[in-house]
Amino acid sequence: MSQGFNIPRFKLPAFVAKVGARLPQWPHAIALTTALNAAKKLKLLPEDSLAMLEGRSFFVDVLDTGGQAHFTYRAGLFRPLFGAMVAPDLTFRANLSAFLQLVARQEDPDTLFFNRELSIEGDTELGLMVKNMLDAIEWPRLPGFHLPRLPNFRH
Amino acid sequence: MLRQKIPELVCPAGSLPALKAAVDHGADTVYFGYKNDTNARNFAGLNFDQKAMVEGVRYAQSRGRHVLLAINTFAQPGRVADWQRAVDGAADLGVDAVILADVGLLDYANRRHPDLRLHLSVQGSATSYEAVNFAHREFGVRRAVLPRVLTLAQVELVIKNTPVEIEIFGFGSLCVMNEGRCWLSSYATGESPNTVGACSPAKYVKWEKSPGQMSTRLNGILIDRFGDSEPAGYPTLCKGRFEVNGDTYYALEEPTSLNVLEILPEIAGIGVAAIKVEGRQRSPTYVAQVTRTLRAALDALAGDGERFQVKPAWQADLAKVSEGSQATLGAYNRPWR
Repeated sequence: MSQGFNIPRFKLPAFVAKVGARLPQWPHAIALTTALNAAKKLKLLPEDSLAMLEGRSFFVDVLDTGGQAHFTYRAGLFRPLFGAMVAPDLTFRANLSAFLQLVARQEDPDTLFFNRELSIEGDTELGLMVKNMLDAIEWPRLPGFHLPRLPNFRH
Repeated sequence: MLRQKIPELVCPAGSLPALKAAVDHGADTVYFGYKNDTNARNFAGLNFDQKAMVEGVRYAQSRGRHVLLAINTFAQPGRVADWQRAVDGAADLGVDAVILADVGLLDYANRRHPDLRLHLSVQGSATSYEAVNFAHREFGVRRAVLPRVLTLAQVELVIKNTPVEIEIFGFGSLCVMNEGRCWLSSYATGESPNTVGACSPAKYVKWEKSPGQMSTRLNGILIDRFGDSEPAGYPTLCKGRFEVNGDTYYALEEPTSLNVLEILPEIAGIGVAAIKVEGRQRSPTYVAQVTRTLRAALDALAGDGERFQVKPAWQADLAKVSEGSQATLGAYNRPWR
């Protein structure tokens, strides 16, 4: 089995975040909630965990791009939140490379947390639930679409 | 020359992707648990519902691997039937064994399901061959997981004096290891692994960020404060830094991971039946990383025998996913008893 693509650990230069923070933030929230709703539609997200997200607000902060997404889950859909920001129930902060490594299952969230590359603030139980929900997703194995995989010594 | 007998590699699964990662990367055996307080890793969003369990058992067993179901908490007053139902469910699922800690539940499982193989959990806290042999004589226990407090010589003494297979921990986060008898989490929160299936339950944990530092509180009790560049650990009392006589330090233990790669030949040599990896709370990524590394090491031991050497790349891979900045041999190599 091939090793596949490896996402390196990187940090974008500080000016990127400065510029990024001045750009409108709503496209991030729309892109993220669209992706989450698509995953839900594919039944990748477990219903019992989703029920526990009802009415809670989430904030994803990509430190080195300055990108931020504020959203909630209500009545079966992930929805962007606009306007004045109230304190979110749960905040994830990390650099882009850490988020990419997480999504690609290249790094373990606890490892990133121990190394202080991922910060989780707010309702810790909600954070644990979201983390475990993401870990439990069985990504479909689509032809031509491969998540990075570890080399396998057995075969 | 006789081929070295290699211990079975037992890997954790908190989700179906983690179970598949363990199987795909070379685990001989995987262990998992229910989504409730019969499970000592009873964390929100973690573990297996019935559908995932059926799929997990099928996935592992169809590839010639074994599946263990951990029902490793203690039955609570008035709710004993919940734990008994968990054992019945395990028998129906067709798992290869159940891992139990509660003596009453061992008795129930032995009487009700005589064909169900029983393992004594580390939470059962059997540290002597007398305790292990008691579990064997009374309940037919076939394997015992030893608490992480024994030296290798003491593990060998147990093995020499029991017909029960012995499983020991090989990798993962360490705690104070007073397994099955620890009250620290209850002291702070009123809840512990033995009662609700979680040490330092998340609803009591607060990470407080302030400029330059992060504070960890458990039910209001300040456990630790990290500078921005300091590594963090799990929010348990045993890993906290406390003020003792004017000095602030890790009063019980520093966040540390166990790693037995260096002593694998000795472990195999004294007849340890299985090596267990800690971490059902960790992601499929961790399971894949640790499983493939230990598989490579065990395969090298099988092939190289006495010429076995630890590869730096294995240590680097394991160090990356460790809790705390240091890995130790734990109690296995301590000179005092």
